[in-house]
Amino acid sequence: MSEVVDSHGHDDHDHGPDKGLARWLFTTNHKDIGTLYLWFSFAMFLIGGVLALGIRAELFEPGRQFFEPEFFNQLTTNHGLIMVFGAIMPAFVGLANWLVPMMIGAPDMALPRMNNLSFWILPFAFGMIISTLFMEGGGPNFGWTFYAPLSTTYAPPSTTYFIFAVHMMGASSIMGSINIIATILNMRAPGMTLMQMPLFVWTWLITAYLLLAVMPVLAGVVTMMLFDIHFGTSFFNAAGGGDPVMFQHIFWFFGHPEVYIMILPAFGVVSQIIPTFARKPLFGYDSMVYAVASIAFLSFIVWAHHMFTVGLPLAGQLFFMYATMLIAIPTGVKVFNWTATMWKGAMTFETPMLFAIAFVILFTIGGFSGLMLAITPADYQYQETYFVVAHFHYVLVPGAAFSIIAAVYYWLPKWCGRMYDERLGKLHFWLSFIAVNVTFFPQHFSGLAGMPRRIPDYAVQFADFNMMSSIGAFAFGLSQVLFLYIVVQAIRAGKPAPARAWEGAHGLEWTLPSPLPYHTFTHPPKVTAAEMHS
Amino acid sequence: MSVNKPCKGIRRLPFALGALLVLWSGVALADELNMRPGVTTISQSIFELHTIVLWICVVIGIIVFGAMFWSIIHHRKSSGHKPAQFHENTRLEILWTIVPTVILIVMAFPSTKTLVQMYDTSSPDMIVEVRGYQWKWQYKYLDENRNPAFSFFSILSTPIEERHNEVPKGEHYLLEVDEPLRIPVNKKVQFLVTSEDVIHSWWVPDFGLKRDAIPGTMNDIWAIVPTPGVYRGQCTELCGKDHGFMPVVVQAMEQDDFDAWYAERVEAQKERAALESMSFTADELMTQGEAVYTKYCASCHQANGQGVPPVFPALAGSPIATGDRDEHIARVVDGVAGTAMQAFGSQLSKAELAAVVHFERHSWGNNAGDLTQPVDVANVMAGN
Repeated sequence: MSEVVDSHGHDDHDHGPDKGLARWLFTTNHKDIGTLYLWFSFAMFLIGGVLALGIRAELFEPGRQFFEPEFFNQLTTNHGLIMVFGAIMPAFVGLANWLVPMMIGAPDMALPRMNNLSFWILPFAFGMIISTLFMEGGGPNFGWTFYAPLSTTYAPPSTTYFIFAVHMMGASSIMGSINIIATILNMRAPGMTLMQMPLFVWTWLITAYLLLAVMPVLAGVVTMMLFDIHFGTSFFNAAGGGDPVMFQHIFWFFGHPEVYIMILPAFGVVSQIIPTFARKPLFGYDSMVYAVASIAFLSFIVWAHHMFTVGLPLAGQLFFMYATMLIAIPTGVKVFNWTATMWKGAMTFETPMLFAIAFVILFTIGGFSGLMLAITPADYQYQETYFVVAHFHYVLVPGAAFSIIAAVYYWLPKWCGRMYDERLGKLHFWLSFIAVNVTFFPQHFSGLAGMPRRIPDYAVQFADFNMMSSIGAFAFGLSQVLFLYIVVQAIRAGKPAPARAWEGAHGLEWTLPSPLPYHTFTHPPKVTAAEMHS
Repeated sequence: MSVNKPCKGIRRLPFALGALLVLWSGVALADELNMRPGVTTISQSIFELHTIVLWICVVIGIIVFGAMFWSIIHHRKSSGHKPAQFHENTRLEILWTIVPTVILIVMAFPSTKTLVQMYDTSSPDMIVEVRGYQWKWQYKYLDENRNPAFSFFSILSTPIEERHNEVPKGEHYLLEVDEPLRIPVNKKVQFLVTSEDVIHSWWVPDFGLKRDAIPGTMNDIWAIVPTPGVYRGQCTELCGKDHGFMPVVVQAMEQDDFDAWYAERVEAQKERAALESMSFTADELMTQGEAVYTKYCASCHQANGQGVPPVFPALAGSPIATGDRDEHIARVVDGVAGTAMQAFGSQLSKAELAAVVHFERHSWGNNAGDLTQPVDVANVMAGN
């Protein structure tokens, strides 16, 4: 693109970023906002991680170690809330901000000012959440799923702040997804059809629709909580004619699509990375798109599989069991596709590829335990035990979080024009890979042996597995400090990276010069078959 | 930049993951790492389903990960492999959609069968109501043939010193209660599960029974336990501060033993009622009151009476515990609606209520200088 820039005189007075803090406060540039989102989510990842280490320290041995049970519940709750809403979701929005315009050949996001607003709501929302920990009566202590009436009638006074913070995050997410949809549908370079878009763009388009559909449902359910707490309604209060189970239906109608909101963009990232390092096109582009769409559709009709023990009627149990089992089919299609993409490629194993391969394997293990959980009778034994904890951490940590790390390694040379230290990157991978398995694999066993989740102390037969988990967790936490070092070192002193940082990389973003100009694609690029998926 | 030297580390990946898979398939064999088959026909069918689906996952895992590792080892750029450019193969794609579908359908049949059995709560021999409270279980025998029906609370009996690592932990640390639920063997016992406050979940792994205890809802489940023994489980729905400290313990007994115990228990209930008309000395009230306090009150208001303000107020120096006695009694009897303070009038006997009120008024620096007798409690309750 540098030729394009040079040949157009008006680009000479193309302005760069503002100086100092104003650049970040008032920016409407998709790259700056993407950077803000990514650093914010990394900060939340560390804070949520510290809370997780508090949990693991308490569970290192049976008996009370550091914290009272009441504070332990605040740790688990805020760990979940911060990781889901503060780390994983904003990280994907950050990736979307950076990548979607560059991948579709657009100069920026469609709604740049709203983009600024969507980001700047978040630090306030999370400032509010974290401040509740220091309030009288403590922060939210009812689990990230905040089941009523524990979260209404029996909740600490800070719950009102929690509700307000959820509204703010919801507003941020809704604006973010409107922006992403508007950008993808309106601003693709001339000639780029929907079925030519990179898979990362496809997965985000579908994710954005999921967000639009379910964030208002979350807003509804927390508003009903607010009314129960302050205005005397009884939506979830059985004594007033309400139903605590209704809370769970509404929450999981949001919550299950939410699970896929956290994994579909990860599918997109991995579908970009594997073909690059296999030097071979994605095996089945069309079937990948259809699989993502099917998963998104199914996500709306399986919510009650989180509620198999609440006593639904038999017909309901059967419906939700069958529907849940169906998810295995499109998910299998995706895993088979990634495997077939690697098959007979010419693979190299740079850090992004290592994280992507680990994603496929460990996410699949999380998928297997998901299939086991779908079998309703067996779920009675798994439900609310550490088996479930192992399951969702396998899909979220070596799943979603690994894909984000892979994305950072993969696109960092493009974002800052500099290369990270490959040797340290690999070290980071192996430390993370080993630690994540030492942390979460034993949790399958403690769950099967009967250890409930969200308990601050446990029977002595679970001691060995918990100690392993705790050691793994601290190792994993420390490995992420290395990640921070690698990224900062690359930004400040990395070797210059070529425009196409990876030999096998395709896509419009790699046609841009490195380091990137502040504004890119001020004129639409030519969409060629070579740069698109086929 | 993009072309990297072969990474030695990657060669270890297959072995690390191979080991992981072997470990996982080992799960199905090693008892201590696996789900317990339990003792009821239902729990054993669940165990079979678990085993089948686990093996299906292991086999699929070996095929998929095997293909991936084969590819990782053989299709490397560093070994001079040239990339093929094929993509899309309709026959293959149909195959890998159809095969999982067939596996799932095969899996759905036994799952449905077991689920239908679990839902057959018809014609029970005996009915027990299981009611969750923060943080204890109440068991109520609802049996028209046995008069009178009676109920009791089942509360964690692990001493706080064990939880605070001051003394060694016992064999059943956190899985022991003052009084277990007792049921006869080989009888279809129906459990009606509900809750008084927040959502709890009643789980006995060896029976394959887990059901949420939800305020305003009566869930029914059943079990036929073939072998006598003590079966231990826990609350499995986050229910507040002491969620980790409300175990479920069920003792299955031969019918004769059960009947003898039942008769004895009904008799004890009558004796307890006789205490209601007695008067006690201050010392007797303090001793009895401390026992009641430790069991029912200390988890919130703490052993030192300081509570955990503002959610659990301090009793030491509180206006109620040092003020009007009848108001104090009323507070304990009626509780405070919409808070964790339960109405203990329906949980404790009048003698226990009198003792605990007296204890609270004369501990941690409180010195009301009065006596509270069962008759005083009765008066307050009648006044209500």
